[in-house]
Amino acid sequence: MSRRVVVTGMGVVSPNGIGLSAFLDAIQNGVSGIKFMPLYEELKFSCQVAGKPDFVLEDLKTKNYISEVTYHGLKGTNIGYGLMAALDAWADAGNAYDTDETRWETGCIFGNSVSDTEAMKNVITRVDNKEVKKLGSRVVEQAMNSGVTSYVSGRLGLGNKVITNSAACATGTQAILMGYETIKDGYAKRMLVGSSEYVDTYVFGSFDSMRVLSRKFNDQPEKASRPMSVTAGGFVPGSGSAALVLEDLEFALARGARIYAEVLGGSSNSGGQRTGGSMTAANPQGVIRCIKEAIDGAKISPSDIDLISGHLTATNADMQEIQNWCQVLGRSGADFPVMNSLKSMIGHCLSAAGSIESVASILQIVHGFVHPNINLDDPNPQIKDYISMDCLPTAMLKKDINIVAKANFGFGDVNSCLIFSKFNPNDTTRNFN
Amino acid sequence: MTRQEILTELKKVLSPYTLEKDALANIDESTNLITDLKINSANLVDIIIDAESKYNIEIDYDSADKMVNVGGCIDVIEEKTNQQI
Repeated sequence: MSRRVVVTGMGVVSPNGIGLSAFLDAIQNGVSGIKFMPLYEELKFSCQVAGKPDFVLEDLKTKNYISEVTYHGLKGTNIGYGLMAALDAWADAGNAYDTDETRWETGCIFGNSVSDTEAMKNVITRVDNKEVKKLGSRVVEQAMNSGVTSYVSGRLGLGNKVITNSAACATGTQAILMGYETIKDGYAKRMLVGSSEYVDTYVFGSFDSMRVLSRKFNDQPEKASRPMSVTAGGFVPGSGSAALVLEDLEFALARGARIYAEVLGGSSNSGGQRTGGSMTAANPQGVIRCIKEAIDGAKISPSDIDLISGHLTATNADMQEIQNWCQVLGRSGADFPVMNSLKSMIGHCLSAAGSIESVASILQIVHGFVHPNINLDDPNPQIKDYISMDCLPTAMLKKDINIVAKANFGFGDVNSCLIFSKFNPNDTTRNFN
Repeated sequence: MTRQEILTELKKVLSPYTLEKDALANIDESTNLITDLKINSANLVDIIIDAESKYNIEIDYDSADKMVNVGGCIDVIEEKTNQQI
């Protein structure tokens, strides 16, 4: 028996806005969250700009996200982002934080790339200085990869599946997909899903050394993330988190929940690092299969897709991605759907990208608009060999959006794709019972 | 330092680890850290680290085992600070 799955709550900690209303305002107005980072200049990074949320860890204590005892000793920024996004989503769905009983019907799938390298640096320094005794009890929980899910599920008493996933840049979409499948297959009534990423200097430096980051716009940070443009010279790393509350439709209706959208389906696979795929490049066959499986699973036709929320990081993979979408959808030129890249505003938030972009996708469904592709003032001339430039709006477009395809592709040649739809209570085509 | 003086200082050390502020305000030597102050047992090690740094002492494993109630904490702190003199 298959269940319908709907989105009833969202939370977001984005470089261009924390909280749904600030984030909505930012993406409607094309507000960049990319800033110059003086420390990166000092560290001799080639890329000296980044997307970093205007986040204050202490808000977790003063705004009642967690107790002062839990806050005391909390150092992990990644955990901070994840907690805020997840608890905001939970509250947005109309749920209270506190519970004496375990919530057995609800689980949590939340991903990240690394737990927190700065927290690990503290461990390494103490151990190397023969001060291991001073580490204390709070280090392991913040250095372990499952730190975010442990804090979130502990705060809310979640008792269903609690899983920390990691699939590089496909992590966020994959977490949402896994939560969707858990409910669809009847294992849980509700799943709190999402992902977070804190790009500290060590993670940032590792990417910088690969020469895949934007380096020519350090003096114009807001221009530095330029997906699909001819001057796109690499991506801009970003940090943040986003979370969704997914619910079994009947469970949501029974409690009178507000429904933002429906998850119609999705897919996650790998190109196997063959036929053009590698550790760092996507095998086009894998990408095409992933998107096709998502569309087939959602029981829609490629022509139903109104908006593509692309991966589109601002590297030379952008052109291949456009070709892949054209091929799998069988649509090109002016027939191609509208497409945008949130990364033009917030950079590439790695593991957090999929969840932040999913929140943006759902906001576009709910509010009937397409957010602009900023910095696309010099589009790659090859694009028009495949699609009409009208498909890539550079200013906000008011448009009724029924179905969005959201995909992300990550190192290790992993892919994830989700299909979101406006919720239609009278839609019986997807009642598979 | 008298035992009462140590107890007054100990309240400050324990404060970040308990939400039971009324119980903390009224502690005496019989107050149990885990059952009365609802301190997470894993955090006892953090209290030991904080006490070590506050009093500039070293608390070994055997002594730490005695620090389950306020009286035991005072015993250990008293003993270790006296050793320094």
